[in-house]
Amino acid sequence: MRYLPLNDAERRQMIKTVGADAIDDLFADVPDDALNPSFDLPDHQGELSVERAFAAMADKNRPAGAGPFFVGCGAYKHHIPATADHIIQRSEFLTAYTPYQPEIAQGTLQYLFEFQTQVAALTGMDVANASMYDGSTGCAEAALMACRVTKRNRVVVSGGLHPHYAAVTRTQLELLHSDAVVQAPIDINGSEDLASMIDDDTACVVVQTPDVFGNVRDLTPIAEAAHARGALLVAVVTEVVSLGALKSPGEMGADIVVGEGQSIGNALNFGGPYVGLFATRQKYVRQMPGRLCGETTDAEGKRGFVLTLSTREQHIRRDKATSNICTNSGLCTLAFTVHMTLLGEAGLRRLAMLNHEAACRTADALGAIDGVEVVNQAYFNEFTVRLPKRAEDVVEALAAKGVLAGVPGGRLWPHDSEADNLLIVAATECVTDDGIEKLVTGVREAI
Amino acid sequence: MTMNNQGRSTRADSAASTDAPTFTGNKALQIEEALSFEFGHFAGTGVDLPEPEGTFDRLGGLNRNNDIGLPGLSEPETMRHFVRLSQKNYAIDMGPFPLGSCTMKHNPRLNEKLARLPGFADIHPLAPQSAVQGALELIDALAFWLKEMTGMPAVAMSPKAGAHGELCGMMAIKSAIEARGEGGKRVRVLAPESAHGTNPATAVQCGFKVDSIPADKTGRVDLAALKEKLGDDVAGIMVTNPNTCGLFERDIRAIADAVHDAGGYFYCDGANFNAIAGKARPGDLGVDAMHINLHKTFSTPHGGGGPGSGPTVFSEALAPFAPIPYIVSEDGQYHLVETRRAAKSEGRDDTGEGAKSFGRLTAFHGQMGMFVRALAYMMSHGIDGVRQAAEDAVLNANYVQARLKAEMTAAFDGYCMHEALFDDRFLKDTGVETIDFAKAMIDEGYHPMTMYFPLVVHGAMLIEPTESESKRELDLFCDALLSLAKRAKAGETELFKAAPVHAPRRRLDETAAARKPILRWTPPNPAEAAE
Repeated sequence: MRYLPLNDAERRQMIKTVGADAIDDLFADVPDDALNPSFDLPDHQGELSVERAFAAMADKNRPAGAGPFFVGCGAYKHHIPATADHIIQRSEFLTAYTPYQPEIAQGTLQYLFEFQTQVAALTGMDVANASMYDGSTGCAEAALMACRVTKRNRVVVSGGLHPHYAAVTRTQLELLHSDAVVQAPIDINGSEDLASMIDDDTACVVVQTPDVFGNVRDLTPIAEAAHARGALLVAVVTEVVSLGALKSPGEMGADIVVGEGQSIGNALNFGGPYVGLFATRQKYVRQMPGRLCGETTDAEGKRGFVLTLSTREQHIRRDKATSNICTNSGLCTLAFTVHMTLLGEAGLRRLAMLNHEAACRTADALGAIDGVEVVNQAYFNEFTVRLPKRAEDVVEALAAKGVLAGVPGGRLWPHDSEADNLLIVAATECVTDDGIEKLVTGVREAI
Repeated sequence: MTMNNQGRSTRADSAASTDAPTFTGNKALQIEEALSFEFGHFAGTGVDLPEPEGTFDRLGGLNRNNDIGLPGLSEPETMRHFVRLSQKNYAIDMGPFPLGSCTMKHNPRLNEKLARLPGFADIHPLAPQSAVQGALELIDALAFWLKEMTGMPAVAMSPKAGAHGELCGMMAIKSAIEARGEGGKRVRVLAPESAHGTNPATAVQCGFKVDSIPADKTGRVDLAALKEKLGDDVAGIMVTNPNTCGLFERDIRAIADAVHDAGGYFYCDGANFNAIAGKARPGDLGVDAMHINLHKTFSTPHGGGGPGSGPTVFSEALAPFAPIPYIVSEDGQYHLVETRRAAKSEGRDDTGEGAKSFGRLTAFHGQMGMFVRALAYMMSHGIDGVRQAAEDAVLNANYVQARLKAEMTAAFDGYCMHEALFDDRFLKDTGVETIDFAKAMIDEGYHPMTMYFPLVVHGAMLIEPTESESKRELDLFCDALLSLAKRAKAGETELFKAAPVHAPRRRLDETAAARKPILRWTPPNPAEAAE
């Protein structure tokens, strides 16, 4: 067994050293009838046969890179520089633990400090943490945090928020207060009136931009309406590349910004692992969930970094902690930091505009098909079209031709017939003119 | 040609050692590295992207018109920056990482290779299900392994980490209690004093109050005290087994029976499953829910703090409350059930009262990248290897305990499971504290053990060597710790108080960091830096 260094002679010798007769003497506290059960599972095998088994499963999936690809809604296909994947595979990053011993973990701590600085800059906020599991869990944590800050329990959720994010938020909050979440109806073109839903018990309003249909939203009016009632604005960004082209949520008055950072440095991975971004104003920092890295000095006066403000966290505060979270997205955070360092301000802005132009070209091509209507006015790299028939059928028809056309409304709102004919289409820098042509041809044939 | 071909000797003929600082502050292979923000430029970049055409602007007038503040570095600068940073980290690939309760075992590179196959890494969570059948098959196969190894009938795959799995388990318990109409009554959750901090934090996040159970003198749950605390206001108990003292809760069935008799559920924190995987099944011991840390027991990398993955197994009693999404298979076709209403129509809930699933924990289907790695580990090891790994992990811990007892004080008598717990009695009157001892280990080339946890032992040092260490490596490790213990007792207190002196940094001032937090870089002079 290639992962186990001990040999049988050493095992026998060590069993003797510890004063036992047999290995199971060490398991004497396990009830006899529960020890060494039989399992319906195979024995060990070599690398080659494991690789064959996995290749067989992988071959049954259609990768995004295998053809025209327009699926988004919270996870995006972008090109990842080879450097980023190389660096996250270095042993010193890959096989390290949480940096609880900072003297021998400055590598991890310094990139976390750089990551926090990048995220704060992107979102237009004062501070960011060292990341959450993903955007959706960050969204739920932001709502909880807003409740702590305002000492209120009611959360207003936009009808343009990704329905899975809304569901995660509901699952968490309704556990504590069954009527905590006020969900606005599905809002296809970004015209909802959230301000009228805010009252004096409202802890926060949760709004996504660009929203799940792709609409770019001006958060300024809703921020003003929330603040007028003493509520916070939680802004959600599921496509972080958009922040290279759009005004930051911080500039528009958001109090907490959560985001999905997958687009930078991280592969699609069928939904995880991803990297949740979480940023806020300085005055709320002690109410934040998650790890924070801070600057300090060592015994010789040299600059160094440590995990800090841990009195918010479970391992110190236990039942008084701001969250039970005990992880960040370590390596995904590193991939984000490396990719963002390669892009820099200039690269990110260019990448964002390439995405926007790809989406505009795709939208124009689809909108030119008879019976297909683009619903959005303003959008970034994702938009929604209304088809003359169920989008799910169209998507399946195109998938059979090797074109992954987008997310059908029925997948995200299976019980809302208004969404049945909607197709949400994402276009990134990876989209080609040939791909757009195949998409248009396929849609034309399928409707 | 030899390396030294110019006749110049490299004999080490000078014993004069000097700690005189270098001009650069570097120490040979240890290179000081500034923040990228301190030497990068806004115009710099390490990617080559085509020029946008500039023909479209449909951003609704919300265009960004200020500087973001992100420096860019060329590719070689980026590579050097992060490689230099990496060299300031300790890692399991460099040496023993004996953090108790963290299970720092070897991370096979086959796992990394397979997770990067485009058929797994480059597939979208919302792609049509017909295009991702192999991915669903893999998740289903991993779920089978987890259910079989734990002897539990159901598993939720979506929890993103161990603490998220705890949340999943406690949410199911909360939902089950509410379904019985006892939500308002059963508000208390019991947890031992030795529990991980996540346990009480999770219970509170589910709206419960936490009540602490004392340990008996053998380091295990005090069964009599537990029974006294049980009542009709108790929702359940959270117990780690093997516990955080490295001991198997030998009364586990009596604990489970007592909790069940009182109408509560048994949540088992599976952080220490590595000690018993392949040896015993939680399902045979009365457990109702348990999370499994794929990043501990099943070798997915810790990655400097994540990502983790925490699938959670359930008993028959709790299975109906498990979160969405989940996978069903029929005639070799796999299907994702993604909404509560779909769960109802799919017939999973047999009461006819509507789906009982407590809802959704995360946007998508869980940590697929970690699933690939964990299943690759399981299939490589096989069930015979998993069992051998548990035995070796327990043997290694007992070997370390037996050897270190010569100079150090074990917290409890008898054998341990996968981790050996020491207290600080052996340091009494030396002036050396647990933290000093740990920092001195750094100078000897080791990552310290878990310190000051569990809280029930004074100055705790919790050592988990895992099955990945060879006997040779364990002997070197023990020799080093025994030598340190002797030096502490011999009065070399200063050596410990000063440690570490050979690490990239000396001890860092965490108090100052918390008092006036600096959580991001800011330009010394904003106007100047923006140029």
